[in-house]
Amino acid sequence: MKVRILVSLKPSVLDPQGQAVKNALLTLGYDAVKDVRQGKVFEIELQNIDRQTAEKLVPEIADKVLANPIIEKFTWEIIEG
Amino acid sequence: MKFGVVVFPGSNCDYDTFHVLQNVMEQETVFLWHKDSDLKDVDCVVLPGGFSYGDYLRSGAIARFSPIMTEVKKFAEAGGLVLGICNGFQILQEVGLLPGAMLRNKNLKFLCQHVYIRIENNKTAFSRAGRKNQVLNIPIAHFDGNFYAPPEMLSELERKNQIVFRYCDEQGQLTEEANLNGSLHHIAGVINEAGNVLGMMPHPERASEKILGSDDGQVIFESIINYLEKKTGKGRKEARQKVKPVVSPLPPLIGNL
Repeated sequence: MKVRILVSLKPSVLDPQGQAVKNALLTLGYDAVKDVRQGKVFEIELQNIDRQTAEKLVPEIADKVLANPIIEKFTWEIIEG
Repeated sequence: MKFGVVVFPGSNCDYDTFHVLQNVMEQETVFLWHKDSDLKDVDCVVLPGGFSYGDYLRSGAIARFSPIMTEVKKFAEAGGLVLGICNGFQILQEVGLLPGAMLRNKNLKFLCQHVYIRIENNKTAFSRAGRKNQVLNIPIAHFDGNFYAPPEMLSELERKNQIVFRYCDEQGQLTEEANLNGSLHHIAGVINEAGNVLGMMPHPERASEKILGSDDGQVIFESIINYLEKKTGKGRKEARQKVKPVVSPLPPLIGNL
C-alpha cells in the first residue's frame, strides 16, 4: 500500500517561503495568483498492512514525526493498494 | 563542575562549546555521543549548534529520536540543567522540553552576524550573572530562528516570565530592525516553566573571548557555574585544579555515525 501525506503550515502561521513564491509568480505576470502556501509531500510505502490499520498508523506517523503540530497540519490519502 | 556537550552528526559548534567550557571557563568538559545512553555524570548538558542530521525534515526533528536525547529528557525531567544553543534550541523544542517552534527567517536569508540581546529575566540559572535589561553582544547563525508560538502559549510565556532574552538594538530598544529573523515578541531565548532548560538562538560560545569581538557570552556560562556551585556545593576552584587546558589536539570524537 502506498500513501501520500501532505504537510503544510497552519493557516494562522506566516509562510515566508510561500510569500516569496507568490511574489515571484506575480513578478512573472501571473496576476490570477492570489496566495501561495508551501508544504512538503511524503510518499510512504507500507507492507503487510490492511486499510483499517493504516488509517490508525499514518496519522500517528504524521503527527509524531512528519509534522510539527505547533506550526503544521497534514492531510493524507491512499494512492495505491 | 562537569559539562557534557552532545555531538550529533552535523553538529558544528561542539568543539567551540567544548573549548569555551574547558579552556575559558575552566570546567571539566566531556563530549556525549548521540548514540550513547550515558550522560557520564555531568552537572549540565549542552546541546550545541549546527545542522544535526542535515536539518532534514525540520531543524532538530531527527536528532530528537537519538538515544542520547532519551537520557537528556530524563535528566531534564529530574531537574538537571540543559542548555540548547541554536540547533540545540530547535532540538529542545522538537523533543517537547521547550515551547514553540522555529519558522524560516522572515527575510528568507541565513543570518550570520553579531546582534544585541537584552536580558529580560536575570533570575534564572542561565542569566543570574547578568543584570536585568543588560544588553549582550552575541552572534547569531541560523536559517530557522523565527520564533513562533500560538497566542495563548505566547501570553503564558510572558506571564510566567519565561522569555529570558529578546533581540534589541545596541541601546536595548526593541526596534523592528533589531528583530532580524522576525521572532514573535523579539524572542531570542526561552526557559521552561521549571527553570532548568533554556534555549537560545544566539551563540554565547562564539562570544566568550575578547579576541573574538565580544566576551558577553560568558554571562551565560558564568551563570550556570554560579548556580551549580550553590546547588551542588562543588567548588569552582576544585574544578579548576582538575582541569588542564586542552589546546591541541582537542579530544577526538569517537564513534560511528
